[in-house]
Amino acid sequence: MRLSLTELQQRLEAAFEAQQVHVERAYGELTMTVPVEYWLEVARGLRDREELAFEQLIDLCGVDYLGYGEAEWAVEDVTSEGFSRAVEGEAVGRFDWAHRPEADVDQRFAVVAHLTSIQHNVRLRIRTFAQPNGLPLVPSLVGIWNSANWFEREAFDLYGIAFEGHPDLRRILTDYGFVGHPMRKDFPLIGNVEVRYDEALGRVVYQPVSIEPRVGVAKTVREDSRYLRPAQESKHG
Amino acid sequence: MAEIRNYTMNFGPQHPAAHGVLRLILEMDGEVVERADPHIGLLHRGTEKLAESKPYNQSIGYMDRLDYVSMMCNEHAYVRAIEKMLGIEAPPRAQYIRTLFDEITRILNHLMWIGTHGLDLGAMTMFLYAFREREQLMDCYEAVSGARMHATYYRPGGVYRDLPDSMPKYKESPWRKGEALKDSNAWREGSLLDFIEAFAEDFPSRVDEYETLLTDNRIWKQRTVGIGVVSPERALQLGFTGPMLRGSGIAWDLRKKQPYAAYDQVEFDIPVGANGDCYDRYLVRVEEMRQSARIIRQCVRWLKANPGPVMVDDHKVAPPKREKMKEGMEELIHHFKLFTEGYVLPEGEVYSAVEAPKGEFGVYLVSDGSNKPFRLKLRAPGFAHLASMNEMAKGHMLADVVAIIGTQDIVFGEIDR
Repeated sequence: MRLSLTELQQRLEAAFEAQQVHVERAYGELTMTVPVEYWLEVARGLRDREELAFEQLIDLCGVDYLGYGEAEWAVEDVTSEGFSRAVEGEAVGRFDWAHRPEADVDQRFAVVAHLTSIQHNVRLRIRTFAQPNGLPLVPSLVGIWNSANWFEREAFDLYGIAFEGHPDLRRILTDYGFVGHPMRKDFPLIGNVEVRYDEALGRVVYQPVSIEPRVGVAKTVREDSRYLRPAQESKHG
Repeated sequence: MAEIRNYTMNFGPQHPAAHGVLRLILEMDGEVVERADPHIGLLHRGTEKLAESKPYNQSIGYMDRLDYVSMMCNEHAYVRAIEKMLGIEAPPRAQYIRTLFDEITRILNHLMWIGTHGLDLGAMTMFLYAFREREQLMDCYEAVSGARMHATYYRPGGVYRDLPDSMPKYKESPWRKGEALKDSNAWREGSLLDFIEAFAEDFPSRVDEYETLLTDNRIWKQRTVGIGVVSPERALQLGFTGPMLRGSGIAWDLRKKQPYAAYDQVEFDIPVGANGDCYDRYLVRVEEMRQSARIIRQCVRWLKANPGPVMVDDHKVAPPKREKMKEGMEELIHHFKLFTEGYVLPEGEVYSAVEAPKGEFGVYLVSDGSNKPFRLKLRAPGFAHLASMNEMAKGHMLADVVAIIGTQDIVFGEIDR
């Protein structure tokens, strides 16, 4: 039997009232935002409580909210010279390593996990924001779901989110000796270094990237009612 | 007395049994594995980062290149995520075409797996058999999309075009003429659907052929029975999905439990293993090939009886017809905007998962209301499976590591992304 989302939402709100969780429903999915200090406690409850029974952690990833909702092209205001030239903003494709933007945002890094309950046949997304100042730090879920191990290593590698209590927090996807966290929004799309074989030295050498930053299509935000309609419906449906 | 020492051994990244660019650091006690530490990322191309800098439709092609032996299943998860946010639904015929091609893809993947897994464990004939059948299915890919592997055939709102009425034939050549040529073209006289039907009718007998080679084969059983045993509890803890989870005895299949496309309208069974070893996972995948052929036959029957549109009629997401574009200003504008700026997704986040041949392939999409994904996370089944390598290989012999890599059905395109 498949548990209904309404039922699940009630169970979640009842179970974690003390932990100040916030449950939201959109697009036929539930998202629960958990304060970082209760992250472990809530996760353990999600796994062990009989009425929830989320046996599986399917996915865990980091998200960097720097530049969220910022468009590069003003599509609404037109001047006597026409529309703007679509080159504003600091999107990832538009800068190189030396000119990367200063990032100073509160609630920048989030950790998002997707859970599945085989028993109740439902999914749940849980999210927590890392502490805003300095090193983003989130407790590790490895002790609760072992599958979090590599997913947390990946989030550490790509976003620089440190997981407290992780048994083996090493880089996983990037090159040996890599500098920076490539999925961060202030990391250039063209990267930092490139490799090539050096004839004279007879080995592979690293050097600064030689390609120029370039964006093919500008990022635009349109308040398009045609698309907002079905979204609103499913939010309340 | 001789001094006993533990060795650290490097396996890969250039090794035929590493299925791509896996580098394994093995700590050996004699011939027994003490600890396995997989180093991945040698094929990391930054797909997720690239997708963030492009309009939605331009990233469909990247999906093919993730798990490059189950191309269309990856596309399916991605376009379904977009459809979910846009609130559009592909027409029924497109849903059946997707179901059909998902299953063709599953057979393609499992054939690749059985061929290479056999090759790794010394059953070389399997490789030749499996690639004979793969050739036919890749021709189906080519017939619908023009590409044998990286199809980019699924689009938000449907599929790129309807199934063709004719199947390309072999031409006469020095190595294929006379009777042989006639044989090769026997299935290709009619439409693509006729060809697929002939294939699906014939395919179970081919699976029988594979089974005569392997299922009761003494060497095969010695190499797989009792190797890499995973209990159901551990399989859940380790995030296993697909045949890896079903091999351990848990009947969990998204096609049945959370149906998408036309899977709630076709009949099929979910095979489940009992012991959770390499041999059970082999049996599960072999049975899945038979079930896929069964689904294909049902889809073909439906598609032959029900013509109709294969794409939504909304030019904000789907391009207008070429002929109309030549005459209508409105269509021309739509075409231009769609292929330059793309379309805008409402703000929010979705997770869409499909039962890919290797397990649950998921797409987590965060949109900030613009024409590019703000965050795109690709959940690859192989990533979680490979993460269990240390646990599965511990205490086994070096040669069994090869069997475990094979049974996990590793493809680095999706693990490294």
